[in-house]
Amino acid sequence: MFNRNEIIETISMIEQENLDIRTITMGISLRDCAAESSLTSRRRIYEKITRYAEKLVRTGEDIEREFGIPIINKRISVTPISMVAESSDELDYARFAETLDQAAKAVGVNFIGGFSALVHKGYTKGDRALVRALPEALANTERVCASVNVATTKAGINMDAVRDMGLTIREAARLTADRGAIACAKLVVFANVPEDNPFMAGAFHGVGEPECVINVGVSGPGVVANAVKRTKGADFGVVSEAIKKTAFKITRVGQLVAQEASQRLNVPFGIVDLSLAPTPAVGDSVAYILEAMGLEKCGGPGTTAALALLNDAVKKGGVMASSYVGGLSGAFIPVSEDAGMIEAVKCGALTLEKLEAMTCVCSVGLDMIAIPGDTSASTISAIIADEVAIGMVNQKTTAVRLIPAPGTVVGDVVEFGGLLGSGPVMKVNPFSAEAFIARGGRIPAPLHSLKN
Amino acid sequence: MRAVITVLGCDRVGIIAGVTAVLAESGTNILDISQTIMGDIFTMIMMVDASVDCLELQEKLSAKGKELGVEIRLQREDIFQSMHRI
Repeated sequence: MFNRNEIIETISMIEQENLDIRTITMGISLRDCAAESSLTSRRRIYEKITRYAEKLVRTGEDIEREFGIPIINKRISVTPISMVAESSDELDYARFAETLDQAAKAVGVNFIGGFSALVHKGYTKGDRALVRALPEALANTERVCASVNVATTKAGINMDAVRDMGLTIREAARLTADRGAIACAKLVVFANVPEDNPFMAGAFHGVGEPECVINVGVSGPGVVANAVKRTKGADFGVVSEAIKKTAFKITRVGQLVAQEASQRLNVPFGIVDLSLAPTPAVGDSVAYILEAMGLEKCGGPGTTAALALLNDAVKKGGVMASSYVGGLSGAFIPVSEDAGMIEAVKCGALTLEKLEAMTCVCSVGLDMIAIPGDTSASTISAIIADEVAIGMVNQKTTAVRLIPAPGTVVGDVVEFGGLLGSGPVMKVNPFSAEAFIARGGRIPAPLHSLKN
Repeated sequence: MRAVITVLGCDRVGIIAGVTAVLAESGTNILDISQTIMGDIFTMIMMVDASVDCLELQEKLSAKGKELGVEIRLQREDIFQSMHRI
């Protein structure tokens, strides 16, 4: 039997501190959907997704009610479409994105990830066609998320792809200028992309994954922030312990939901992703956790150290709570999706350069950052190059999701709506990297990639 | 199925009677019950063994909760088990 405090603690974590399961993501392999005819291939894709994920949303809702824990998103990730579409006669891969969008709508998921290509060492025919189709595909669909992996620690950085992504992001912004450049919010450029990440927009179903799998992403920045607040004045050992205990409890709920979903859907359980994912809701912010440690504002001196402690303690607490941990597993710092980050940008405490430093010690990268609409493609590419270099050298995942909303200047606010929030336009260093980006080619893998 | 029922709200006559009547009607056995007044708030926690469908019982309890002016939650025991027991 549980004591009163334990029961009240669980309920107040859910009711007052926004504890939730952020996503149940079903990974589906589409490797058997390739066909010479684009029409056949797309029909197979639609049929497979709607067959496998038919009960996903309903099962998620049942679990949500029975356990009394909100499950915010039910989503799907699929094999990178560049691989599935490659053998088809299709010239315009945006048609494949439309098929994914239709399948997502048919089963009621709000996002489907996997309009993706892995090009860290170079392009295949299919990769090139996919990257070419990205702006149009993202502008013409609602629920499709895309990602491109341009670097790994083992392969180095594909600077041709980095250059192309700068142009792609600009074009995606142009095509959705009337909607706050929303297409860019659905496109992530990665280094060392994980193949089992359940979180959007970067989720896809990796080639080493099984036929179908259930991955779960937990959340709970609000719970961790309150735990840190209760340690006021104590040393960092105490803070770290408090975070670990909380992360353990949060992750155990994720593990429970993952197992339950896996059992009910008769699909193997893949991983629990330990990431602390914020939402625009006040009180559900990673920035507030850092501030609860004693910083006046997120972004001020001390922020990187605070984030390093947070990220490490979340992993240490979470890893014991789940039998399989994977995905990104770290603290997310998406500016537009975090009320504390937005405030920090608005008051001048948080800059792009500080965010870059923060990504050295936490999971993702420069995430959901609105930049001035006139930022050049080469500058966007150079920011991507910097960020993926951090990932490559530090053997970790980094990513870039920038939104150069046309017509916006520093200080404007771009509205994306829903979980994507709203982003204050941040200042970008005005000095040019055009000649640097124009070089192209590959930046070789670092020495420490040679481990064998 | 074992579940935890929590009842929170303003104290008044008949809360326990109302909730337990719903449980008795649905053949739900009460394994443990504890009730107290915290401030002015009535709080009751029950561990039950339900023989009926969880969602069906939730609906009945929440209808009763509305009638009594209290909030009634029913959650499967597993969520507390996983969070507080290793």
